[in-house]
Amino acid sequence: MRVPFVLATALTQGDAVPQGPGFLDRALQALVDGIQFGAIIAITAVGLSLIFGTTHLINFAHGELVTIGAVMAFFLNVGAGGPGWHLIPSAIVAIVIGALLGGLIERGLWRPLRNRGTGLINLFIITIGLSLLLRHVVLVFFGTRPQSYREYDIQQALDLGPVGITPRDLIIVVLSVLVLLGVAFMLQRTRIGTAIRALSSNPDLAEASGIDVDRVVLVVWMLGGGLAALGGVFFGLTEIITWDMGFRLLLLMFAGIILGGLGSAYGAMVGSFVIGIVAQMSSLWFPVDLQNAWALLALIVVLLIRPQGILGQRERVG
Amino acid sequence: MDWSVILSDAIRSGIGPVAAVYALAAIGLNLHFGYTGLLNFGQVAFMLVGAYGVAASVSTYGLPLWVGVLIGLGSSVLLALLLGLPTLRLRAEYLAIATIAAGEILRLFYRSSWAEPVTGGVFGLQRFATEFYDISPIPRDTYGFWLVRFTSRDLWALSVAWAVVLLATALIALLVHSPWGRVIRSIREDEDAVRSLGKSVYAYKMQSLVLGGVLGSMAGMMLAIQNQSVNPDSYDPVVTFFLYTILVLGGAGRVFGPIVGSILFWALLTFFDSALREAIAAGYISPDVISAPEVGAVRFALVGLGLMLLMIFRPQGLLGSRKEMLLDAR
Amino acid sequence: MRAELAKLSFEPGVAKPDPLLVVDGVTRAFGGLVAVHVEHLEIERGAITALIGPNGAGKSTLFNVVSGFDRADSGSWTFDGAPVTGRSAHRVARRGLVRTFQLTKTLSRLSVLENMLLAANGQRGERLGLALLPPVWLRQEREIKRRADELLDRFRLSRMRDEYAGTLSGGQRKLLEMARALMVRPTMVMLDEPMAGVNPALTQSLLSHITDLRDEGMTVCFVEHDMDVVMGISDWVVCMAEGEVVAEGPPHAVAKNPAVIDAYLGKQHDEPGTEPDHE
Repeated sequence: MRVPFVLATALTQGDAVPQGPGFLDRALQALVDGIQFGAIIAITAVGLSLIFGTTHLINFAHGELVTIGAVMAFFLNVGAGGPGWHLIPSAIVAIVIGALLGGLIERGLWRPLRNRGTGLINLFIITIGLSLLLRHVVLVFFGTRPQSYREYDIQQALDLGPVGITPRDLIIVVLSVLVLLGVAFMLQRTRIGTAIRALSSNPDLAEASGIDVDRVVLVVWMLGGGLAALGGVFFGLTEIITWDMGFRLLLLMFAGIILGGLGSAYGAMVGSFVIGIVAQMSSLWFPVDLQNAWALLALIVVLLIRPQGILGQRERVG
Repeated sequence: MDWSVILSDAIRSGIGPVAAVYALAAIGLNLHFGYTGLLNFGQVAFMLVGAYGVAASVSTYGLPLWVGVLIGLGSSVLLALLLGLPTLRLRAEYLAIATIAAGEILRLFYRSSWAEPVTGGVFGLQRFATEFYDISPIPRDTYGFWLVRFTSRDLWALSVAWAVVLLATALIALLVHSPWGRVIRSIREDEDAVRSLGKSVYAYKMQSLVLGGVLGSMAGMMLAIQNQSVNPDSYDPVVTFFLYTILVLGGAGRVFGPIVGSILFWALLTFFDSALREAIAAGYISPDVISAPEVGAVRFALVGLGLMLLMIFRPQGLLGSRKEMLLDAR
Repeated sequence: MRAELAKLSFEPGVAKPDPLLVVDGVTRAFGGLVAVHVEHLEIERGAITALIGPNGAGKSTLFNVVSGFDRADSGSWTFDGAPVTGRSAHRVARRGLVRTFQLTKTLSRLSVLENMLLAANGQRGERLGLALLPPVWLRQEREIKRRADELLDRFRLSRMRDEYAGTLSGGQRKLLEMARALMVRPTMVMLDEPMAGVNPALTQSLLSHITDLRDEGMTVCFVEHDMDVVMGISDWVVCMAEGEVVAEGPPHAVAKNPAVIDAYLGKQHDEPGTEPDHE
């Protein structure tokens, strides 16, 4: 990962701009927070990236899949009229629902539209309509008030030398990394993973060699929906559950994906961590309310100097 | 339920100043998306810099309003150049993401504690357009027909706004039927073909981005002047989504598409809003299903649904031709 | 012309009496695959040069590089004596080197006439400021229209003049693209597989249009992978294989050249359509 590089710049910058004692500690803490934030972005962004890779659709409604996952788990966990389950089974059911929702949207909306030959730009605008629709349906049911899950809400941070992290956040980071490794393993070692990669790199060839495109795309959507729901639960746990949390995360997902190289799943993972770290570390020098602005600015800068992204190939652009 | 209230609300909204503002911003977007094929999802950013150009010049620096207007226009040109430079050479999807990100970056910077001395941060700025209302020739009274009434203040604002809309429409009509318009419409169809014939696609895209952005900034200024206040959070990406809905409703790539789209969009939106509220008040809809504060959310959900249905079943909009839409090779 | 060319030695990279386009050491690789590696190539002014070779030989890539639609990894080229290496596509076109595309690029939602009008160069009304003043450009527009109608007539597209270009058949699109390229008044046209996907009757008419262009003094270079098509009309044939120029000469000489036969036979088992897409 890019830790040493980020640390080095943090150190040199720190010398140039005297921030008082404890700057190194604060930088380390911001780095840890950044990795954690990046892990959540990465979990949600991988699905978005795979959907783009296989169908070339920019799914603007991906943020809503995140929100719905978080809100679903909230309903099962503490919602009025919900079963009041523990968060862990609630989260698992929310992920299943997220996967089913992803599959449903693909089967019921995108596949018929693709078969009708609807253009990509029109499909993109339809995802925007879908995003508006879903987001405000959630708003009607969930309301504007931010909420939290019942378990793991307030925790004592573990003291790890200069940095502190709550057990909850530590587990989220570890789980996220395990899930990302799982996705990578699936892409590299399983038949369906190979099919996804084949479809992403050369659709015509993939189709000619007998890959069932519709089935692969359906799997990608279900995977994307499930991962988004998981990311939503994590995001709700570390921060708070709101009706527009996914939409706020969406642009950071896009930033991660473009940073890594549009359409490359591994690029999306790496890019998301960079975005998370940039966002958190910016608060060492700049106001906290500008965190996301700096992360998005990183996106624009990357477009300026290396539009194909960190791991992207040059030919993909233009 | 009082249908005359619902209908008059809808009409007032359809011809009101807000509809004019959105029509103007959509005219700019029509030049980008409808004619040049640029997937600009940051039109709201141009409105933002226009609005704050006026508001900050007058409120923060005490400059005359007309100087504020010039500063607003200048900011939009600058923004278009800054935005176009890295993104106009990229594929359509990059442009879409980069522009929406740029809009958010600007909104976040304008509302940050950093910018507060100039922009008022999250509180925004107020009362900077008195000069505009001072020159109104309309005597104090209310004007209108039936239940559709406007104050003299609103009438002045909406008259100026619609006049600007008509001027902008005339400008676009002239441009798109000129050889210049032929080039940008060709870029929409296939930019490589245009390049192969010796035209600098990049320069034309930039001109289109600047011109449409300037129109967007004028819309932002008018919105700020009407409200006598600016607040960064009114310049949310959702505004751009509304503009796309308006454009698709009226017909993208049609001279009168934005006007027809905006009037209809606001009339319909207010119609639903007003009808829902009336139905709840009259007890036709139980507050358990939809309560009055939730009407706003339902309304947005309907916009989303409407945009989807339009794009699926009538992507050419009201004024577009089905035949032309079927030839869309993109 | 043919007589002069017949005096040359028929080997790759041979110098021509009056070259219009000169390519030197151009390479282009995609990933690890070298698509083009041309040491030296000259295209004779006023002649019809066919660029042949099996699928994947790098013909289209060379076209793309020279016309500014792709960048070369190394090398240089001059057009009409001026260096145009690395120039962007529209600058190359303004110098008088205009190309067409293998997959036609008609502007679907513009009329056939508008497709033609677009191509004319030096239009005053294309400048944003002047576009608002029709009196400044209307006279020029009429002149361009007249020229466009003449060309449409010659290419038998007059009947379709006011239809959307998207409604044209594949063959008509090829004709429109060729006619449109002529609106630029080019010194040289590069046609990328002008006969691909066109029915045999129209192929004959396309071929006669190509010879007409040469007879009017224009330089024509076209890509074709079907040897038989080029035999009749070409003054000179350049054969590429695996990115390199393997043979040059008049059609009859190239057809007998063992390197050419090798290139084609060696690739015979390759199905058409496997050429990597570098557009």
